[in-house]
Amino acid sequence: MIKLSNLTKHYGSFTAVDDLSLEIPPGQLFGLLGPNGAGKTTTLRMVAGILKPTAGRVEIAGEDIHVNPLAAKARLGYIPDRPFVYDKLTGTEFLRFTASLFGQEGPLVERRIAELLELFELSPWKDELTESYSHGMRQKLIISSALVHKPEVIVVDEPMVGLDPKSGRLLKDLFRRFVDRGGTVLMSTHTLEIAEGMCDQIAIMRGGRLIACGTMGQLRQQHDAGDSTLEELFLKLTGGVTERELSELFTS
Amino acid sequence: MSSSPADLAASAPAAPAPLKQPHLWTVLTPQWRSTLARSRSHRSVGRTLLFAVIGIAFWAAVFGIAYRMLSYFRGVEEIGSLLAGKMLSMMLMAFGGILLLSNLVTALSTFFLAKDLEMMVAAPVDWVRFYLAKLLETMVHSSWMVILLALPILTAYGIVYDGGPLFLFVAMSAVVPFLIIPTAVGVAVTLLLVTIFPARRTRDILSLVAAGAAAGLVLFLRLAQPEQLARPEGFQSLVDFIALLKAPQSPLLPSEWTAQVIMNWLLRVADPLPIALLWTTAGAFVVFGAMLHQRLYAEGYSKAQEGANSYLQGRTWQRVINATLGWLPVTRREFILKDTKVFFRDATQWSQLILLAVLVIVYVFNIRALPLFSGEKVPFSLVTLVAFLNMGLAGFVLAAIAARFIFPSLSLEGRTLWLLRSTPLDLRTLLWSKYWIGTLPLVVLAVGITWITNTMLQATGFMMAVSLATIVLYTLAAGAMALAMGVFYPQFETENAAQIPTSFGGLLFMMMSVCLLGLIIASEAGPVASYLRAQQSGGPFEVSADLVAGLSVAVALCVGVTVVALRLALRKLEALEA
Repeated sequence: MIKLSNLTKHYGSFTAVDDLSLEIPPGQLFGLLGPNGAGKTTTLRMVAGILKPTAGRVEIAGEDIHVNPLAAKARLGYIPDRPFVYDKLTGTEFLRFTASLFGQEGPLVERRIAELLELFELSPWKDELTESYSHGMRQKLIISSALVHKPEVIVVDEPMVGLDPKSGRLLKDLFRRFVDRGGTVLMSTHTLEIAEGMCDQIAIMRGGRLIACGTMGQLRQQHDAGDSTLEELFLKLTGGVTERELSELFTS
Repeated sequence: MSSSPADLAASAPAAPAPLKQPHLWTVLTPQWRSTLARSRSHRSVGRTLLFAVIGIAFWAAVFGIAYRMLSYFRGVEEIGSLLAGKMLSMMLMAFGGILLLSNLVTALSTFFLAKDLEMMVAAPVDWVRFYLAKLLETMVHSSWMVILLALPILTAYGIVYDGGPLFLFVAMSAVVPFLIIPTAVGVAVTLLLVTIFPARRTRDILSLVAAGAAAGLVLFLRLAQPEQLARPEGFQSLVDFIALLKAPQSPLLPSEWTAQVIMNWLLRVADPLPIALLWTTAGAFVVFGAMLHQRLYAEGYSKAQEGANSYLQGRTWQRVINATLGWLPVTRREFILKDTKVFFRDATQWSQLILLAVLVIVYVFNIRALPLFSGEKVPFSLVTLVAFLNMGLAGFVLAAIAARFIFPSLSLEGRTLWLLRSTPLDLRTLLWSKYWIGTLPLVVLAVGITWITNTMLQATGFMMAVSLATIVLYTLAAGAMALAMGVFYPQFETENAAQIPTSFGGLLFMMMSVCLLGLIIASEAGPVASYLRAQQSGGPFEVSADLVAGLSVAVALCVGVTVVALRLALRKLEALEA
């Protein structure tokens, strides 16, 4: 459903993503992990068609997003890490506008908008300008906007930031049901417990390159990690802060 | 033996050392460091050169005009120096008004809405340093333009009246407190407003007040018909006139004290009162402002974090757009609906309509004030020439409006561009919507003002037809250029729509649209001249090859610019990374 082939992105002389290849079949929740600056957000933005790759291809359901962008994007719902919305539109208006970008309107769309607002407990604020929404409310509105057109693929960057525990749980259930029905989710997160508990496959990036990929079992096997948790495995692969460094920080 | 992270965390809080307050300069580090970084950033040589040429030309023009006027004043006995003093005090009064408005708007941003405030408020910086740092930041942000404008004028005063090398210090000692006073007042008023209204609502109110005041000032200056002062029959007696000049503009205004300090030095009058008044007032206002800040800022800042209660149904626009544009595809219709709602809900955007109205009123008033039909009969050729050149004037007004409303349209998508780029939105739809929503009202306005002013000028049918056709085609081209330049030079980070047209891209657009206007007028000059000759000779007016060629060039120019600009904009938009 999502296929990345030799994906590369340069910003001037800096290589943010370096020759990344991945294939995510339908019905999978795929987690993309990595330390800050690993290239996760750049990768997701290329998958969503926001950034153009310097080299390589992105295919969504067989459609190259940079050759045939409209067909590819019609199947996609993108949830960015920072919830920027139009301040001077209400929640309902924002969702209606987003649906129109997918060419959708009419009573069915209105019903779906009402359902999504209800699901994310935004109904009491549906006619308020989004400038008065909290960070979490904006995040929930953006998640709703990614679902309003019934996508086949969801690309989501740090979904849990700003969400309360109840909404976080709701989102987990929602993604699980979505993939159970054949959808595909590509998710980047720093919350390793969530990745370990939710994802069917996990990829770890470092310095723009893929350094590990597979199910939890495969990752443990590939790196002789025994019964290690994802956190231990992640720190082993990406390098963590040593106790000596911590000690110096507090004693100097 | 090494200790565990848990042990370290438990033992982390050491005994608090005595807190040393940072220097004022340190508190302002993000501001001056950012300014330095911006000045060092890679800018094209062409852009820097263009700014330098425009800046030098502007300074030279202001200095030249001021120098000539002051040299003339100096040659006039008795009233020359009085006139120079009066001019300075009036100029400073106008600057004072601008500074006050500018400080009101800037203070809201620097004290309540800036992104660095959360960190600053949370840091253990004492309130005096915080207040002074932000006061200084507000003053620099809102005063630099006035300083740039005042510099060549004050230089002309110093040179014409032999101020000597010390004049620089005298002028500075008078101007600095003159800048501090409106800043302290602006900050205090903003603080009071924010404690009453939420910050975002205050921003709306201030935008409206600023636009209304600027419009009122322009309207007042124009409708007062200053050109009548140049007519000698306007003065009743010389004694009255001198008495008027000697009287201070307003003895309680700092602008008057500043003018007195400068003129006293230039005319060798020893009077320490004005400078004492300036500095003590500035000091008192800063102290009063600081006291107010200490009492109200915490409450005001806390309130500024609250959103305005803005419950909206928005069904009226929905119904109107659906009824009138129901035939359009849903994406285009909803885009127009979205842009219309956002425009009329954002006071920083719609308040500019006030300035637009004033621009149009002043333009129509200027045409009406032309002495073409009030005295002796003016030759037909002159009336036709004025009607022809009126196209240029109307075109310039329309370009200025396009710069205000069409140029910023892509920049205003700003941080929501991720949505437009990640959805299957055809970028032609985006461009189409932005183009027509800005250009169509402009075409209606263009036809309206051209028809009204040509009727006032009693233009012939031929001139009316040429003017209307030209202005419609020019408006379509200027709209396309404004949109394209907005795509090439977007200002995604700007929060205030009113600031976008004053950027480099906006300036470039104005220059390009004036060039296009010049080319159109030049290509139509031949046909209009042959029409005039035919009318003056009394012979029949025939459609000649020259006439067709001239008008065809104008049409081709407009159509060509429209198509090329929109195509370039589309290509750039496709390459744009959100």
